[in-house]
Amino acid sequence: MKPYLREFIPNKLEDIPDSTSYEAGYLVSKNAGWRNLKPVIDESKCVGCLQCYLHCPDGVIFKKDKKVDIDYDFCKGCGICETLCKPKAITMEVEK
Amino acid sequence: MSLNAAKLREDEYFYGHKACAGCGGSLAVRIALKVLGDRSIAVLPAGCMSAVGFNFPQLCFANNAIISTFAGTASMMTGIRAGLKAKGIENVQTVGFAGDGGTADIGLQALSGAIDRNDDVIYICYDNEAYMNTGIQKSSLTPFGAKTTTTPAGKNIRGNIRPKKNMFEIVAAHGISYAATASVGYLNDFMNKVEKASKIKGTKYIHVIAPCPTGWGIQTKETVDIAKEVVDCGLWYLAEYENEKFKLNYKPKEFSDVKDYLTRQARFKHLNDEDIDFIIKSRDEKWKKINESFEY
Amino acid sequence: MAKKFLSGNEAFAEGVRLAGPDVISAYPITPQTIVVERLSEMVEDGSLKAEFIHVESEHSALSCAMGASSVGARAFTATSSQGLLYMAECLTYASGGRFPILMMNANRSTALPWNIYGDQRDSISLLDHGWIQAYAENAQEALDLALIGYYVAEKKEVSTPFMANLDGFILTHTYEVVDVPTKEQAEEFLPPYDTENKLDLDNPKNLAFTAGPDYNMQFKYKAHEGLLRAKEAVKEAEEKFEKIFGRKYTGLVENYYTEDADFVLVTLGSIAGVAKEIVKRRREKGEKVGLLKIRYLRPFPNEEIAAALKGAKAVAVFEKDISFGNEGTVYTNVLSAMQKGGLAPKTSNYVGGLGGKNVSPEDIEKIFDDLKEEKEGVNFIGIGGVRH
Repeated sequence: MKPYLREFIPNKLEDIPDSTSYEAGYLVSKNAGWRNLKPVIDESKCVGCLQCYLHCPDGVIFKKDKKVDIDYDFCKGCGICETLCKPKAITMEVEK
Repeated sequence: MSLNAAKLREDEYFYGHKACAGCGGSLAVRIALKVLGDRSIAVLPAGCMSAVGFNFPQLCFANNAIISTFAGTASMMTGIRAGLKAKGIENVQTVGFAGDGGTADIGLQALSGAIDRNDDVIYICYDNEAYMNTGIQKSSLTPFGAKTTTTPAGKNIRGNIRPKKNMFEIVAAHGISYAATASVGYLNDFMNKVEKASKIKGTKYIHVIAPCPTGWGIQTKETVDIAKEVVDCGLWYLAEYENEKFKLNYKPKEFSDVKDYLTRQARFKHLNDEDIDFIIKSRDEKWKKINESFEY
Repeated sequence: MAKKFLSGNEAFAEGVRLAGPDVISAYPITPQTIVVERLSEMVEDGSLKAEFIHVESEHSALSCAMGASSVGARAFTATSSQGLLYMAECLTYASGGRFPILMMNANRSTALPWNIYGDQRDSISLLDHGWIQAYAENAQEALDLALIGYYVAEKKEVSTPFMANLDGFILTHTYEVVDVPTKEQAEEFLPPYDTENKLDLDNPKNLAFTAGPDYNMQFKYKAHEGLLRAKEAVKEAEEKFEKIFGRKYTGLVENYYTEDADFVLVTLGSIAGVAKEIVKRRREKGEKVGLLKIRYLRPFPNEEIAAALKGAKAVAVFEKDISFGNEGTVYTNVLSAMQKGGLAPKTSNYVGGLGGKNVSPEDIEKIFDDLKEEKEGVNFIGIGGVRH
């Protein structure tokens, strides 16, 4: 479970709730555009220590087959994961 | 069995938010909610985390969450608690996340009231040491010497001239059920304190240092490292208060260099040796008291 | 139903007991204190099952009430004067969040100078904060407003907080014989509170959020529409109320001999009782005078006022309020209603009773004398000499 992107974006007056109350975890925009650098994982070096997963302020690194993967839609490219990766399995690469 | 990265639930409750890259506050909120889980109601006052997390229709909390007034984190939690009790809704964690200004300045009255009533809530102060949401103004938790936009460093005054308010001991002086200090540089310690707090009845307070790359003048990737270093150099400490006793959780064998910690941050760049000596002296005095009165 | 000798505060507390809030959070301030004292006694003796929260300020009182409301609980608070101003931030918060909280406000002067006595500057200065504002004339109406207040506020299409105003001391501390309905009657009248506007563990929500320039105005519009719909809800509530309790109320205004009146005094609150006596005596002498009592300042009864004042040659508004630098706010609002209704009588504004200054029957008589002469302008009553 986590907040996820929705297709429907409230627009018309009748789409907008009567009170300041709406479904939890309702995302309508990504954060990918914020990034100058992107973390890239070298799976062969990853030991599955999960320190990148634990310390990501955006929670975009998730567990996958005893290793990790990244949700690039929401990664802002802060680079914390790279600094914490002892086996140097993560490198920050310039966004193209 | 203590919590760690592998045991933490995989659900993400604070996701897609618009916090700056490398935000320590968002890391604290994210980890605490991963510990507390679905049945938690989060209360966030006006401030960074509410500004970045709740901009309709981009709503970034997967669990129940609400923005309170700036001064009203604790009082709104009190009402939520009372409402849940009256409605017979059980097994719910009510958790507040307020910044340093929202906690130690404008929200202190309400926090004190909640502790006084021993309301069954967890109050987490994510301390980034200034009013970051409004553009890095001094709060009462801004440390001595720090340059902020309202404590400029010039010829006459070298940044903030007052020490950091001791919130941990202020809440402890209420005889609170549980209080702890933490840092996002020591997340295992933090998450286990959140877990512990969730099992204690009454008011719980956790004060977690959460660096702000923008306000501190560090690179976004340095957040966790500097949050570790502030503990290692002795300018922050990991401790608990419970059953009317203080307990130190971690004692560095040898403090790392305070000067290194300070000078890597733009907010302290202007400090001279005299200022740094003063900071070290204040640290040593604090640790003398800790060693005398805290269990370890 | 039982007859009891109660002050306005005590009557209101009885009304709150009958409405049965889940959470009460209040901070003491003169002249509101008796309400919260009685409610705490009711919680203590078990006649009211509610969480009574001893908050540390008025700001916290309403913040706490909002927290309770945000999980679907029925919440009550009470305050006065400086306390109301101190919680002002939470007033717009509660209305914007559409939390149907009931608050009793003991109308009291605002500092400076310090003064604990009654005037209506506290609530009237906050008219634009999005709350329904009702003004009670007597202790019976005070009790009844507690029940009607929740009924109206909690109507789904209204979902707006309700402020019931009682003139400080004059109403809060004056004893009258009051009919206290039974709990069964109250339950028949007031349905349990149910809402989707809440934090819900089975259906998680994000509440009280930010809305930027693209969305913000739509929420404000909806709050405005909700408040306007209180007009219909008040009517509905009072019809049901009459069926169950046998007491009739007259909606947003009360017309007293206004139908064929040439000269009409418009006012609100407890002073209406005195004014009615005077109108009655003057009518007996053949004078075509009338009284229009405004019962609700928000939603504002524009149409009702225009209808009531249709034939009037001169209209005077008496209020315990002044908007410094302009005139009494009730007067401004009444002028607007008349203008929209195409009416153009001679008009005058009487500001009196500020800081508890006594308003005597003679003062009201003088207004009617002036009305007959079709005098115009803004007048302050009681700023001449001080009697020692």
